[in-house]
Amino acid sequence: MLHDLSIGELADRLAARELSSVELTRHFLERIERLNPALNAVITVTAEGALAAAAQADARLAAGERGPLLGIPLIHKDIFCTDGVRTSCGSRMLDNFVAPYDATVVAKLKSAGVVMLGKANMDEFAMGSSNETSFYGPVRNPWDTTKVPGGSSGGSAAASAARLAAFTTGTDTGGSIRQPAALTGITGVKPTYGRVSRYGMIAFASSLDQAGVLARSAADAAAVLKVMAGFDPRDSTSVDAPVPDYPALLDAPLKGLKIGLLREFFDGLEPRNAKLIHDALGVFTALGAETLEVSLPHLPMSVPTYYVVAPAECSSNLSRFDGVRYGYRCDHPKDLTDLYERSRGEGFGAEVKRRIMTGTYVLSAGYFDAYYLKAQRVRRLITDEFRAAFEKVDLLAGPTTPTPAFPIGAKIDDPVTMYLNDIYTIGANLAGLPGVSAPCGLVDGLPVGLQLIGPHFAEAKLLGAAHQYQLATDWHTLRPRGYE
Amino acid sequence: MGNWEVVIGLEIHAQLATRSKIFSGSPTAYGAAPNTQADLVDLAYPGVLPVFNGEALRMAVKFGLAIDAHIAPRSIFARKNYFYPDLPKGYQISQYEHPVVGKGAITILLDDGTVKRVGVTRAHLEEDAGKSLHEGLANASGIDLNRAGTPLLEIVSEPDMRSAKEAVAYMKKMHTLVRYLEICDGNMQEGSFRCDANVSVRQQGAAKFGTRAEIKNLNSFRFVEKAIQYEVARQIEIIESGGKVVQETRLYDSDKNETRSMRSKEEANDYRYFPDPDLLPLEIEEGFIDSVRATLPELPDEKAARFARDFALSAYDAGVLSASRELGAYFEAVVTALGQAHAKLAANWVMGELSGMLNRDSVEIGESRISAEALAGLLRRIVDTTISGKIAKEVFESMWSDGKPADAIIEERGLKQITDSGAIERVIDEVMAANPKQLADYRSGKDKLFGFFVGQVQKATGGKANPAQLNELLKTKLAGGQAEPARHS
Repeated sequence: MLHDLSIGELADRLAARELSSVELTRHFLERIERLNPALNAVITVTAEGALAAAAQADARLAAGERGPLLGIPLIHKDIFCTDGVRTSCGSRMLDNFVAPYDATVVAKLKSAGVVMLGKANMDEFAMGSSNETSFYGPVRNPWDTTKVPGGSSGGSAAASAARLAAFTTGTDTGGSIRQPAALTGITGVKPTYGRVSRYGMIAFASSLDQAGVLARSAADAAAVLKVMAGFDPRDSTSVDAPVPDYPALLDAPLKGLKIGLLREFFDGLEPRNAKLIHDALGVFTALGAETLEVSLPHLPMSVPTYYVVAPAECSSNLSRFDGVRYGYRCDHPKDLTDLYERSRGEGFGAEVKRRIMTGTYVLSAGYFDAYYLKAQRVRRLITDEFRAAFEKVDLLAGPTTPTPAFPIGAKIDDPVTMYLNDIYTIGANLAGLPGVSAPCGLVDGLPVGLQLIGPHFAEAKLLGAAHQYQLATDWHTLRPRGYE
Repeated sequence: MGNWEVVIGLEIHAQLATRSKIFSGSPTAYGAAPNTQADLVDLAYPGVLPVFNGEALRMAVKFGLAIDAHIAPRSIFARKNYFYPDLPKGYQISQYEHPVVGKGAITILLDDGTVKRVGVTRAHLEEDAGKSLHEGLANASGIDLNRAGTPLLEIVSEPDMRSAKEAVAYMKKMHTLVRYLEICDGNMQEGSFRCDANVSVRQQGAAKFGTRAEIKNLNSFRFVEKAIQYEVARQIEIIESGGKVVQETRLYDSDKNETRSMRSKEEANDYRYFPDPDLLPLEIEEGFIDSVRATLPELPDEKAARFARDFALSAYDAGVLSASRELGAYFEAVVTALGQAHAKLAANWVMGELSGMLNRDSVEIGESRISAEALAGLLRRIVDTTISGKIAKEVFESMWSDGKPADAIIEERGLKQITDSGAIERVIDEVMAANPKQLADYRSGKDKLFGFFVGQVQKATGGKANPAQLNELLKTKLAGGQAEPARHS
C-alpha cells in the first residue's frame, strides 16, 4: 500500500511519474478522514492547500525537478507557525490564531516541495507527556485506543504510526519527540540544540526546545532532517555549521563503535522492557559494536532540574499571551488587570498554569538562588558528565521510557508521576544532545523504544546506528492493527 | 538639625542612534504613524525570536572607552519580567548582572572652577518599551509600539553628586559626550536622552546614606534641577518634622513643580530577572575593542584642554567652546582663518554675538547663517582697525540678516574707520571752534570734558574715527599743541 512505502520509495515513484503527488495526497487525506476520528491526532486538515501544493509539486516533477521530499505529504505539529493556517499550540489561548508567517522549519520543507496535509494535536504549549492536556482533547494511541500516545508530540506520533502521512514534525523539550515515538512504535529524532531553527516554533522552554522528525524509519528521518537542519540568522541560538548529508552517511559500518550502557537508566526498569533493550544491544554487538557500562551519577537529578528550568523559561515565554494583540481575550474586561487575569485564566489549561506558577515561583526574589541557580548548576554537572562519558564511548544507549503506553486518565491527576515518564529523555535536553528513539520490541502488544544519545552534532552517527539496527531487525515495520 | 547633605545618583537613558531596532529589523525613526514601525518581533508574535543588532554593541563599547571604563569580555542579556500593554513580550530584554560597560568616570566643572570626578557604576544595553496613549480614546487606551525595541544605553552613576546643580552639570556633560561619540542624537524632547534621579539627604558627615526616592523620567535639564530641589526640600521637611522618608518611586509634575508618589517599595514589581535563553552571551574580543577605539573622536575634555593650552583660553571658555563637536569645529575654523594670535577675540565673538544670535533664532551652529570663514572675515577688519568693535557688531547683524560678507557691508555703508590723521584733525578743529566755552573749561583743568570732545568728534564722523588715533590727536590739540602724524598698524 502507498502509505507503507518509505519516503525514498515514494520519491522514486514520484520521480518515475508512476505516482503523482496529488494521488498520494488524496490517499493520505482519505486515511485522515477515515481513521483520524478515532485517534484525534490531526486537529486541522488543510485539504485544499494540500491538493494545491501537490499539484504544484507535480508540476515541478513534470518539469524535471527532483528532490527527496518533493511531493511528499506531511503533517506539522501545531506548534509551528504556518502562514494563513490556524496555529493553536493545542491551546484555547490560540484557538483563533492564524499565523501570519511560516516557521523556518515550515518554510524550508515547503521550498523542498512537501505537501502539508494538516496540523497535529499536541499537549497544550507542548507541556505534557500524554497528549491529554490539549484543548482539543486527548490523542489516542493507534496500538490501543484506550492508551495514550505519549506527548507532547502525541498527535504527530499517532499520525505517523497510523500512516496518516509519510512523516510528521515534532518538537522535543524534555522528550516530546522520543517518548511518543517510543510509545507508538516509530522512529523519532531530537537533533542537537541549535541544529534546527526555532524561529516560528512557539516557545515553551527556549534553552531546551528543539524541532525534529517523527518517521517510520531512521532512513526516512535522515532524509527529512537534512532539509530541516541548518543555520538560521533569525534564531541566534541556531548553530552555523554545515549540515551533513545524513542519508549518504547511513551505511557507515558499526564495527568498532563503542556504545555505553547508561547504568542509571536500568535502575527500576521493568524486567521485560530491560530485556528488550539488552536484546537490541545484542544486535549492535553482532554488527560489530562494542558495549560497555557507563555511569552518570547526576542523571537521576534530571527531572527535578528540568522542572525548575523549563517552567522558569515558560513562565516568561508565555507572558506575551495577554489578550491584548492576538489570541484569546475574555469578554467585557473591567480594566487592565481583569483583562490579563481572565484572558489568561480562561485561555490556559491547568497544566500550563501549574508550570507558569512554578516558574514564577522559582524566579522570585528570595527563591531564585535556591531553585533556578541551583538547577543551572546541576544542569552543568549533568552536561559535564555526558561530555566525560563521550570521551569513552561514541554513543549512549538505554530505554526511551520506563514503561510502554499507559491508559488515558491513569496519570493526568498526578503530575509528579506523569513527569517521571520523561526520566530517561530529559538528560539529553539539559545537555543539548541529539537523541533517537527506535522501536525495539513489544510488551503486551505495545511498542517499546530504544534510545540512543550522541555527542553534539552526532546526528549522522545516531541515525546510522539506528538505520543499521533497522536493517537487521523488523520492529520498525510492525503496524498497529487497523492501520495497515 | 539643619546641616543637610544631599546625595544624588542618576540613571540616564540614552537612545542609541542605530538605524534599526536592537532586536528586530524595524526602523527607529521618530514620529511615524502609530505601529507602522513595529514588525512581528516588536509585536511579540508567537514563535518570533530576537536577533541582536551589533551596531548597538559598537556604540556601547565606544561609550565605555570614552569614560575609561572596563568593557566586559562577556556580557549577558536578561529578561526583566512584568506585565504592561506597551511591553508586548511581557518582559524587557536588558542586562542585569553582567552589563557590557563596567566602572568608569567623567569629570564636571563646578561653578567655583573646581573639577569634580563623578563615577559611573555601569552602562548596559536594553530595549525601550512602547507608548500607551490615553488621550482621545473613549473608554480605551491606545498602544503605539513604534518605540518598542529601540536600543537604549542605561548609564548608571555612582551616588557622587551633592546638589541639583552638580546633577545637571553631570547630565549636561553626558549629553555632550554621547553626541560627541555620535551614539545618541541627544534630542530630549523626543525622549532620546532622559534620566531617573535617585535622591536622598543625610546629616553632614553621616556615614550612611539616607533613604532614597527615585524620580522617574526627567527629560530636560531644567526639570532635573527643579525636581531634585523640590525633592530635597520635601525630604528635609519630613525628617525635620520627625517623619521618615520612605523608599519609593516618584513622578515629577512639571506643571505643578512637585514630585508625587508612584509606587512604594512594597508595591514594587519583582522582576524575576534571568538570562534570556534566546540570546547568546555577548563575547567581546580585544580586536573588536581596538577597532572601536580607533573610531573615537577627540573627546570633550581633550578638546577643552587643547583649546586652553593652544589658544590661551580660560578653562571656562575652553569648556563652553568644546561643549559640542560642531561648536568646537566652528570655533577652530574661525581661529584657523583669523590666526591663532587672535583666538581670544574669536572666542569672545563665538560665545558672545554668535551664540546670542543662534539662541535668539533657535538655530543650530551647523545651520548658522554666518559661516566660520565669514565671521573670520569680519574679525579681520577689527584686527586691522578697518572698523571698531562697536561698528563690527552692526556689521555682524547685517551679515546675519543679508548673508553678505563683512567687507561688502563695510564698503556699501561706508563704515570704514577714518585713519587719516589730517581728516580727523580737521574734524577736531571744527569741534573745538564750535565749542569755545568747553575748550576754555577744559584748558582750565576740567579734564572730564575730554569725553565730551570725543563724543562730538565721533558724532560728526558717524563713529568712524579710529578711537586710538582720535584720543591721541585730541589730547594734543586740546592741549594746544601740534599733532604728530599718527602711527597705526
